[in-house]
Parts: sequence; C-alpha cells; structure tokens
Amino acid sequence: MQQKLGSLFDALLPVIATFAALAVGAVMLLFLKVNPIDAYAALWDGAFGSTNAFAETLVKATPLLLVGLGICISFRGDVINIGGEGQMIVGAVLATWVGLTFTGLPGWLVITLSMLAGFLGGAVWGGIPGVLKAYFNVNEILSTVMMNAIAVQLMNFLLRGPMIDPSQAELASKIPQTARLLDAFRLPRLAPTRLHLGALIAVILAIAVYVLLWRTTLGYRIRAVGLNPNASRYAGIKVQRYVVLALLLSGAFSGLAGATQVFGVNYRMITDGSASGFTGSAGFNGIVAALFGQLHPILTIPASILFGALLVGANKMQRVVQVPSALITALNGLVVVFVVSSEILRKRRQRRRLAIAGQEDDSPPPQPDDKKVNQAEAGA
Amino acid sequence: MISELFSVTVLIGILASGIRLATPYLYAAIGETFGQKSGVLNLGVEGQMLLGAFAAFYVALTTGNLWLGVLTAMIVGALMGLAMAYVTVNLHAQQGISGIGFYLFGLGMSDLLFQKMLGTVETVKGFPKIYIPGLSDIPGIGEIFFSQNILVYLAYALVPIGWFVLNKTTLGLKIRSVGENPDAADSLGVSVARIRYFTIILGGTLSGVAGASMSIALLNVFQQNMTSGLGFIAVALVYFGAWRPVGVLGGALLFSLINSLQLWIQVLGIPIPSDIAVMMPYVLTILVLVATVSRVRAPSALTKPFEREN
Repeated sequence: MQQKLGSLFDALLPVIATFAALAVGAVMLLFLKVNPIDAYAALWDGAFGSTNAFAETLVKATPLLLVGLGICISFRGDVINIGGEGQMIVGAVLATWVGLTFTGLPGWLVITLSMLAGFLGGAVWGGIPGVLKAYFNVNEILSTVMMNAIAVQLMNFLLRGPMIDPSQAELASKIPQTARLLDAFRLPRLAPTRLHLGALIAVILAIAVYVLLWRTTLGYRIRAVGLNPNASRYAGIKVQRYVVLALLLSGAFSGLAGATQVFGVNYRMITDGSASGFTGSAGFNGIVAALFGQLHPILTIPASILFGALLVGANKMQRVVQVPSALITALNGLVVVFVVSSEILRKRRQRRRLAIAGQEDDSPPPQPDDKKVNQAEAGA
Repeated sequence: MISELFSVTVLIGILASGIRLATPYLYAAIGETFGQKSGVLNLGVEGQMLLGAFAAFYVALTTGNLWLGVLTAMIVGALMGLAMAYVTVNLHAQQGISGIGFYLFGLGMSDLLFQKMLGTVETVKGFPKIYIPGLSDIPGIGEIFFSQNILVYLAYALVPIGWFVLNKTTLGLKIRSVGENPDAADSLGVSVARIRYFTIILGGTLSGVAGASMSIALLNVFQQNMTSGLGFIAVALVYFGAWRPVGVLGGALLFSLINSLQLWIQVLGIPIPSDIAVMMPYVLTILVLVATVSRVRAPSALTKPFEREN
C-alpha cells in the first residue's frame, strides 16, 4: 500500500513541480501588481476557452511533442541533446527546399518527401554530434550547442542568398524569407481551425517511439546503454553505435518538427536572425515537455499539450492583464529546475525499497543498474 | 573594397573592438572554469548574464551610478549561482538540464522585467574609455590595448588572477582536488559541498559582471535576449581552453576578433556573406574539441554529484 502511494507520488512529482512554479509565478504577479487569479484565468481562457483556442494549443504542442519524442530517445540513452533548435532549422530548410524544388509532383508525394527530408536533415544534424561523442569523445552538450549556432547562420545565409524569395530578391528590402509553398503542398487541416495533420503524425509517432523503446531490440539497447554503458559493453552491445543512433534519431524527430512548422503553419521559412525566431524555442521547450512526461513518449503527449497551452495562454494573458508572455518562459525554466531537483526524492525511495527487499531475503541488495541491463538484454 | 579591410585605420579598428568584445566571454568563461574545475557544469550562464545585464542597466539608468550597476549585477548573478549550487550540490540534480532550466528562467525573467520596468530600448552612458598615460599615445598599439574602459581591463586582469588562484593557492588546490577526486578530498577534510558552493557562486557573480559589461560598458543598451547565445559559447570556451584561463583567453579572442571582423565587413559594405564568417568560430570550436579532447582530460568528477559513501 505504502509502495503504491509512493509510486503515485512519483508520478505526480511533475504536476507538483508545475504547481510550485505557478505559485512562484503568482508571487511575481503580485509584485507586478497584477491579480494572479485574473492572470491565470486569462491564461486558461486563451488556451482552452474556445475551439480555436484549443486548436492553437494543439498547434503549439505539435513541435513540442515531436522534439520531446526525440528527447525521450536520447535522454533514455543518457545522451543530452540540447541541439533541438538547430535540428529543427536544418530539417525545415531541407524540407522547404524539397517543397520549392519539386513543384511538378503531386501534393501528397511532395508532402511525404518533405517530411522525410525534414527527418533526414535533423538526423544529420543530430548524427554529427553523435559521431563526435561516440568516436571522438566530444561532449554532446557543447557540440549540439555549437551545431545550433551553425544552423542559425546557415539558415540566415540561405534565406538571404540562395533560397531567398525571388520577388524579395528584386526589392530593396530583401526580407530574408523563402518563396511561399504551393497551396497543394500544405499539410491538410484536421478541422476548420489551424490544426494540421502534423499533430496527428506526432501522436502516431509517440506510439511508435513507445514501441521502439520498449518493444524492439534497438530500443532496449539504447536504454541499456543509457542505464549502464559498461555493463552493456560486457553484454556485447556496441555502445558507440547506440550513442550515435540515439542522437541521430533524436535529431530526426526535431527535424520533422521543423518541417511540420513550415508545411503546417507558416508555409514558408522566414528568419529574424535568431533561432527562436523560427522555432519559437520549441527545441528547448520540447526538452521541458519530455522531462515533464518523465521521458515516456505517451506521457509526453499531455505534457506537450500543457506547455502548448501555457505558450498560447501567455499571449492572451499579455493582452488581458498586460503581463509579458516572457513570464511563461521564466516559469518553464522553474518547472525544469523543480522537476530535476525532485528526482532525488524518487531515487531515495527507490534505494530504500531496494534496501528493504535486500533485508527480507537476506541477500545483499541487488545492483540496480546491472540488473536492469541484464533484463534488457534478456528481453532483447 | 576588400582592400579597404587592410588599411591601417580599419585594422586598428578591428583589433581594438576585438579586444573589447572579448570582455563578456572572459568574465563568464573564467567563472565557468572555476565551476568546472570543481566538478560542476553550469549551463545557466546565459541566463545569469541576461539577468545581470538587465540589473546593471536598470540600476545605472535610474541611479546614474555605473559601479552600483555592476554591484547589483554581481549580487543577482551570485543569487542565481546560490540557487544553482543548492540544486546541484544538495539535491544532486542533473547539471546540464538544471542549467537549461536556469537559462530559461533568466531569459524569461530579464525580458519580463525589461518590459515591465522599462518598456522601450533606452541607452545609458556607459563606462568611459580610460587612456593609460603614455602607453595610449603609442600609435596603433595605444588605441588597441590602452584606450579601453575599466571593465575591459579588469576582464583581462582576471586571466592571470584566475591562473594564480587555481594553480598557486591552497584554495585552488582544493578546487582541483574536489573536481578530480572528491572522495579523496573529502577524506582529507576538504568540504566538497563548500568548495562547490564557492565556485558556483563565484561563477554566477562573474556571469553577472559579464552581462553588465555588455549592457553598461560595451553596447550601453538592454534588449531582450541581448546575449543571444554568448553565454553558451562561454561554456564551450572552457572546454576549448582545456580548463586553463590562458586557453580560455585564446578562445575568447578568436571569437571576438572574428566577430569584430564581421562587424567591420558589414560597416564597410563588403559583399561577403557575413553569416558564413559568423559561423566559422563555431565550426572551429568543434574542430578544436575533436583535436584536443583525446589529449586533454576534463576534470574527472565533472557533472557527477558527490555523495559520501555511508
């Protein structure tokens, strides 16, 4: 019974963390002389108050979920991918290029090819840090951050030069944007709102990632390497290969997120010179969503909707009570800090449970890591 | 037009602004070096810089006292560092991810405060240039090295100070031992937690100054997300410089000189895509990491929380 309560508490930790962050937010609102209830009411209304509002929430949640799925894979493999922003950009650039080049092909085919191109672009941008980590021992946090910066400059260069909208190229203003995609190449809308097929693709992929991680050899090995690389090596797993794969797949999902932004929302790429100008920081917020979903692909779905809602609701809050939506960025940061900080509670309980189990059968407490790896291999 | 780049005046201009632009990198990266030497990776530098930049700017604007601005930035950075230290040392939180959390917090918070307390982009009269008597009159050299503002000089002074403290003092020895072998340090009576608190708070303080150097000494404005990734580069510079202040200086100058070159290319209207130029230091950093990582070892306990065995 106590154990059940304990695991329930574990599952609720992120929710508690969010409420804690919102409580801090309420204090900040009081300092800004804004009634927190009014502010949060506006936030709720902006995110869920109407069909359109909810559709916007889902539109915002889509890239978060896609990035988050990639994060589930890489973090499970103990690879920290901070490169979602850059991977989104490169995926989007490649997909846009396909969409602008093959204008003679039927719509469904171009959409399919573009999504694949996005997947591929992100995979390359994630795969490079993967190879650097696996074979050259370069810290992936640094290399992915560098790859983000490189991707931004690449985008700026392409959108100002080779890929610029031909009509802009003739103008003096030279707005750095690509031409608009043909109407036939847009991701179909799912309802008379801005909700597009990308959302459905993301949900299907969430199930696919669940199957990948827990029902396939590849997934078992990625997780085994994440839990204990040394034990995995002794068990005969080629650790380096799975490090590369974890980052490559992670990048691929971010790349797809970028592609769906172009084909489902903006229908062209435009840059203000920064990464967040295109991604809306989804490459970072996707990490938040995945952590919140406890790195479980299915739980990342509601987590993404929650953070999508916060982002959309923040705009309404800004209009109604004049609180800048930046507040939500700050609160997202606090959620991350609270969630990773609360991990210690979960670990402590786990250790206590193991210690009790050890006393009961009078054998030394099991080594959790090795055991899990063995199980993983047995399952494989 | 390219030949314009090589005129003496322009070259001096490029070098002088290159020296100046290395300032925020130096403060942030030397602070981060201390943290990493003790085994803590602080990825929240960017957030600390943004809050420091805003705090310094706001105080300088409202009180007219630049030093009070720097002091406020230091306090804000130190408080962020304190929070980071509690989360990573006491709660054993994953350092990379909690750093991202602190980054997002600083990004949002500085933007929020900016919009609520200022609303529009204003300028402040920043630290004036200090001409070092005699030296600043040397043609060329004087303008490049001896006609900078006080925060620039102090940033460069940090390099030898940082080296000295890390390598020649007991404190430095403790910091290094905590980062290499916390168990051994602990058994010798060094408090791992206390040392790490010290280095993380120091890092936060210096990140705050890094932000202040941008908002009241180099650019003299505050804007949303004005650091635009500079704090993350500062973290990378620590790896780039192989955890040595002198190496960090080299990396900082590389980034700042290329940045300065690119700015001048734009000013002169030379038709070279500046995006590609801006990209180069990042590519180079990755290449340097590849080339050096196998030879230079990171502090053994980097990113590993310390827990006393029973």
